[in-house]
Amino acid sequence: MVSKDNNNKKSEIDVGYVAKLARLALTADEIKRLGKQLNDILGYIGKLNNVDTAKVQPTSHVLPLKNVERTDKVVPSLRIEETLKNAPLKENSFFKVPKVIE
Amino acid sequence: MNYETVIGLEVHVHLKTASKMFCGCSTKFGSPPNTQVCPICLGFPGVLPVINNKAFSLGIKTALALNCRIAEFTKFDRKHYFYPDLPKNFQISQYDKPFSHDGFLDIETAEAVKKIRLKRIHLEEDAGKLVHKEEDDYSLVDYNRAGIPLLEIVTEPDIGSPSEAYEFLVKLKNILEYLEVSNCNMEEGSLRCDANISVRPIGQSELGTKIELKNMNSFKAVRQGLEYEAERQTAVLKEGKKIEFQETRLWDSEQLVTYTMRSKEEAHDYRYFPEPDLPPVVPNAALIEEIRKTLPEMPKQRRERFIRDYALSGYDAQILTKEKKLADFFEACLKIFNKPKIVANWLMSDIAAALGSKGMSIGEVSFKPQDLAEILGMIESGAISGKMAKELLKESIDTGKRPAEIAKVKGLSQISDKSAISAALEKVLSMNQKAVSDYKTGKGTALTFLVGQVMKETKGKANPALVNELLKKRMGGA
Ligand SMILES: [Zn+2]
Repeated sequence: MVSKDNNNKKSEIDVGYVAKLARLALTADEIKRLGKQLNDILGYIGKLNNVDTAKVQPTSHVLPLKNVERTDKVVPSLRIEETLKNAPLKENSFFKVPKVIE
Repeated sequence: MNYETVIGLEVHVHLKTASKMFCGCSTKFGSPPNTQVCPICLGFPGVLPVINNKAFSLGIKTALALNCRIAEFTKFDRKHYFYPDLPKNFQISQYDKPFSHDGFLDIETAEAVKKIRLKRIHLEEDAGKLVHKEEDDYSLVDYNRAGIPLLEIVTEPDIGSPSEAYEFLVKLKNILEYLEVSNCNMEEGSLRCDANISVRPIGQSELGTKIELKNMNSFKAVRQGLEYEAERQTAVLKEGKKIEFQETRLWDSEQLVTYTMRSKEEAHDYRYFPEPDLPPVVPNAALIEEIRKTLPEMPKQRRERFIRDYALSGYDAQILTKEKKLADFFEACLKIFNKPKIVANWLMSDIAAALGSKGMSIGEVSFKPQDLAEILGMIESGAISGKMAKELLKESIDTGKRPAEIAKVKGLSQISDKSAISAALEKVLSMNQKAVSDYKTGKGTALTFLVGQVMKETKGKANPALVNELLKKRMGGA
């Protein structure tokens, strides 16, 4: 997502690439404007690089929680009418989507 | 120049749980489309997935049986891609902290026992199922499968040939069935396999460009697909060309070729990040030990025990332990009729044939160990002949009726009553004077002929051994 940069220079986000991954169609103007905004955000977050984290453990979650589990019990699912209520297209009890071929 | 094939496998297995990985929807196969879904597995905003502890335990059980190490800390991550089988546009999987790693599975090749290392085993959720019809310009989606707990087992590139890959899969499936962690049904998609394959000149240390191979719906297809790819890639290299780029190819089991898959995601950039809705898991050491204690006898140990305790040949023991249900059937039958070699022979010949013609396995028919024991007991007591037993067995497997019941209805019972046989015997003797005198002059075939005649006279119901004995006695004394 971020172009590789070993010389500690400012990293640039490839907005076109990110937009493509997110399935967003952006105009050239938008790419320019959003690119600036995203890079500003990145610069702001980049301040963290200046913090001394030598003694800080890396973490993936911010809450002090672990091992939250449930027992393997079946509970009722949605009724089919509810399930398909928001579907733009449906056929019988299927969701209907543009054709995808592998 | 000679070339070698390098193969790694990725096996996906549905875990046998009642509910899904992160929600309470049922995992039952074959229900009407989209009837086993809820806001969690449909990926509605604001919902909270929670880990199914049974899925986690079954995962650990599998990992232990496959000699893996269990991680001290594990977490789930979101893997992002856009495809309609994925309601959330990401799959909850495990990226850099799988719950287990560094295991192995020994396979037997023609030359020796070979260790196939397992890189990792992780938990994830399955995606939905797409239905496309040739003539339509749309696809239909069923999310019943979305969210079913899935174990991904990844090997190191230690597999050296398509037949080794086949052997590995057979062995793995065997173990998974023994563990009873999965139904391992390839037709229902509860066991699936993808492969990575590359070819390099022998002696070269770096790997060739790897091709990912998908869409193989049976172990046989895996072997065929890999054979095709190995040949295709070797031919390219032999022409002095290169396999230019990594790609995914699909196996076409009708044309027997592989072809390039139209890319799902142009860039394989899954943008993994920790699943914020699922706190990490620190597996409890006591729980792991508890699960370790529940590990059943594995196929290899059971095979060795069968050879040792029942004096079976290595071949017989191998066949009987290939399927856990078959081995269980064998041992249950021995509890009632304790003649291992006889039970083994019936299981491997007539029962195997009867099941084969139905395309079913021993666990799928209502024929029970006590049914076989009953039939074998009837042969032993002389109540039925071996031939009748075969008939009885086939009908019992086909119809699901109890053997004794069928024998009664069909009048299948052997005449072992001397007085009942003697009338037929006298009749045959008086009608075949020539054979009688032939016998007396030492012609052995005459006896066989006379036994046959008595059997015919009794419509095959007489006990042939008894007829033989009575005839000899009768003619010897005449
Ligand atoms: Zn659900």
